Amino acid sequence: MTLVEKILAAHTDREKVNPGQFINVRVDMVLANDITAPIAIREFGRIGVSGVFNPEKIVLVPDHFTPNKDIASAEQAKLVRQFARQHGVNYFEVGEMGIEHVLLPEKGLVLPGDVVIGAESHTCTYGALGAFATGMGSTDIAVAMATGEIWMKVPPTIRFVYNGRLPKWVVGKDLILYTIGDIGVDGALYSAMEFTGEAIDSLSMDGRFTMANMAIEAGAKAGVFYVDAKTLDYIKTRAKRPFSVYEPDKDAEYIKTITYDVSAIEPQIAFPHSPANTRPISKAGNIKIDQAVIGSCTNGRLEDLRFAARVLKGKKVHTGVRCIVIPGSQQIYLDALKEGLIEIFIEAGSVVSTPTCGPCLGGHMGILAAGERCISTTNRNFVGRMGSTESEVYLSNPAVAAASAVAGSIISPEQVIGR
Amino acid sequence: MLKGKVFKYGANVDTDAIIPARYLNVSEAAELAKHCMEDIDVDFVKRVKPGDIIMAETNFGCGSSREHAPLAIKASGISCVIAKSFARIFFRNAINIGLPLLECAEAVDSTQNGQALGVDLASGKIKNIDMGMEFTTEPYPQFMAEIIADGGLIEYTKKRLEK
Repeated sequence: MTLVEKILAAHTDREKVNPGQFINVRVDMVLANDITAPIAIREFGRIGVSGVFNPEKIVLVPDHFTPNKDIASAEQAKLVRQFARQHGVNYFEVGEMGIEHVLLPEKGLVLPGDVVIGAESHTCTYGALGAFATGMGSTDIAVAMATGEIWMKVPPTIRFVYNGRLPKWVVGKDLILYTIGDIGVDGALYSAMEFTGEAIDSLSMDGRFTMANMAIEAGAKAGVFYVDAKTLDYIKTRAKRPFSVYEPDKDAEYIKTITYDVSAIEPQIAFPHSPANTRPISKAGNIKIDQAVIGSCTNGRLEDLRFAARVLKGKKVHTGVRCIVIPGSQQIYLDALKEGLIEIFIEAGSVVSTPTCGPCLGGHMGILAAGERCISTTNRNFVGRMGSTESEVYLSNPAVAAASAVAGSIISPEQVIGR
Repeated sequence: MLKGKVFKYGANVDTDAIIPARYLNVSEAAELAKHCMEDIDVDFVKRVKPGDIIMAETNFGCGSSREHAPLAIKASGISCVIAKSFARIFFRNAINIGLPLLECAEAVDSTQNGQALGVDLASGKIKNIDMGMEFTTEPYPQFMAEIIADGGLIEYTKKRLEK
């Protein structure tokens, strides 16, 4: 069995599972946010159970439109807050709240070997920890909150092998954008992506979270990494319960193996309006920008902020560019503050926001007007994603976004640092 | 038999196109339906009639997990969606809330925007009434057919819990 098949089988009464099988899976953590939980709560009420299956295995994080942007979103957040208090589930109020996929690993709520489901498509982020994590809808979450189980179709696995050494300024974001550019936005539809190879071994945990996070942008059900010393070191101080480490069998069956040499990969830019519409930065041309967003569940972690700060240190954001930096959690915000990163951002002329999904989905905190362009470390650049249907979003890694904020157009960090 | 006019779209219709995030500060289906498909088809809401059918190329419903997307489509009056393939979260959301989906590449290739279709879910038959053509899709796997027959995942779960 592959890594994914092993984890899934361990959460059923079966010895073995095969791709294509419909199975009922026991879940270790169930997640929803201020947009998806209200529908889950409504549907949960229709099931007619007296309470949730286990409050410790449910977590609600109001992170999308919070701190609330308008009355309607405040009403939704209120509903989630009331439900969380009534049932005693894990809940993170503004002040403790971080972007859910940054926050849950940080708090040790998701661990290796877990099955995690979330009413948020980027739930696949936790695959970085060697967990099976996948996004679902609100009704699925309602049923899982009531029963602790959910139906699933076992996905086949595609193996991605990354050989070689990462060139300077090339990070996890570039590997996953390059991969999506290669296989397309439905290149891994209904499948699991298993990431391995020497470049992955050398990749930081933050880089792995970024890659697993965007597995959904290739249509995948999950994106998983093997547990290694880096994973164990990450969870060492965080895990408060036992966990299991799984690895694929030697004779595991993959529907495909795709191999890349990363030493030839440049920082990638995904042009509008698809994460698969990628180009190496040397072929980006002269694209003027109005805004840069550095943050999100994809790239709002400490390493991401460090990369941005390396570029912004002693520089000024270009006149006419709004540079918005959003740490992914309160802890990351605090760490960045202590390291002096926040000072670098503010002195460069950026704004630093409290954790929120905000601009990534065109919610608030950086909406685009017609004709405006934004370089963003987020995960999607669909039509109208960040505001006007006539605006454009270009996806990149944090160093490229920071460099572009300084130059006023999309540019390599190398060209800005040397100035 | 479902009957309606076809609204045909291309590949990779994402959930931001089906229901933009700026409207996700509410969760009532009828409210969401007022903005269904707004960013790629401004007139959709004005023109759609109960029973009409959305048709699309590959990977329909890609992007976010928002159940608001199939809820908005269903509440707009659309009776079913036919595509060459669906994004997986959208697929299960639609099954879970009782919006029928059919995968049929031939029907998509042979049908023009605005043509009249008839769909028989039980047999998986799609008729292009204007062209006099008929297509057959794979039936749902038994497990999913049970969820659909029960009227969605909540009803299916209630029945199982009562046992």
